[in-house]
Amino acid sequence: MSIIAEVSRWAIPFLLLIIPLAAFIRKVPVYESFVTGAEEGFKIAIKILPFLIGMLVSIRIFVDSGALEILAGLLEPIFIFFGVDTELTSIIPLAIMRPLSGAGALGVATQLIDQYGPDSFVGRLASTLQGSTDTTFFVLTVYFGSVGIKRYRYALKLGLLADITGLIASLWIVHYVFY
Amino acid sequence: MVNAIWLFMLVIGIVVAAINGRIDVVTESAMKAAELGVETAFGLIGVMSLWLGLMRLAEEAGFIRGLARFFSPLIRRLFPTLRPDSPALGAIIMNLSANILGLGNAATPFGLKAMQELQKENPNPDEASTAMITFLALNTSCITLIPATIIAVRLKAGSVNPTEIIGTTIFATSIAMTVAVTADYIMRRRARS
Repeated sequence: MSIIAEVSRWAIPFLLLIIPLAAFIRKVPVYESFVTGAEEGFKIAIKILPFLIGMLVSIRIFVDSGALEILAGLLEPIFIFFGVDTELTSIIPLAIMRPLSGAGALGVATQLIDQYGPDSFVGRLASTLQGSTDTTFFVLTVYFGSVGIKRYRYALKLGLLADITGLIASLWIVHYVFY
Repeated sequence: MVNAIWLFMLVIGIVVAAINGRIDVVTESAMKAAELGVETAFGLIGVMSLWLGLMRLAEEAGFIRGLARFFSPLIRRLFPTLRPDSPALGAIIMNLSANILGLGNAATPFGLKAMQELQKENPNPDEASTAMITFLALNTSCITLIPATIIAVRLKAGSVNPTEIIGTTIFATSIAMTVAVTADYIMRRRARS
């Protein structure tokens, strides 16, 4: 664990050192090449702007209005039907939020951890869920948007399938390891 | 489907706010979210330029090609439609590596770069290519070795053992990734026929 943490800590300084150095040895005009590559950063960031705004507005209205809670309430019987404990249904808003918004999901997870305690079942489950799935819907719209893709084909279905799998796997493993 | 979800969230959100007598929330949230979108995109410009500049150096030094060659047995299986020397492969590998190390700031620039390269090889520019879908499936289900943010949250909340969820997280995400890759393989074949 501490080794992995160290690798994460050193990764960026290492890359910042080794890449320019290696390029220099290979006789690449390092500074000019860096600048040429960096130029693209601005263009890409501007390109994703409308997609970010479109998604954030819709998601934010959905969450802030209280619609998310209502949807979570509607989904509760389904979760219970599949054998999820009643107390664990507090995880449903997080499960819905996770694919939509990274910051939003972190907010919900933090609130759950504070409310139930980090070492409770809900706290551990929220932590595992937060780390094991991604903001699939958000990533898809922004990444596809950045290159002008309009038809996603089976991409969304696939991403959401992975998210649901992550949710089920999180439920199972937290139960298995800690209880 | 995206159009439907987008509209659904918007309409249901506004209707619920209206019923709850909190219609002001809609205005405020919409404005704030739009602003946040600009902040996020502009906030990306710096790191994005930094990483794309470095990546250009890595490309010209032959690093990226080397990486792609090293991972090629795996990658050829995952991305059968890409040429083995495709410039997209380097960006894909860098994106996944950054994801695994939990370097979210570095992952996004590489990911968007990968999409641009993939789009150059896309025969149908309006439509997601199979390689793009595979890439995004990997990207969104990718393992993170250290979920640093959530560990920090747990630590602050007074957890006895904030890092105890690393194992469960890696397990859950491995299962999700396996299912994603398998399902992608099946859906890809079904889509072709």
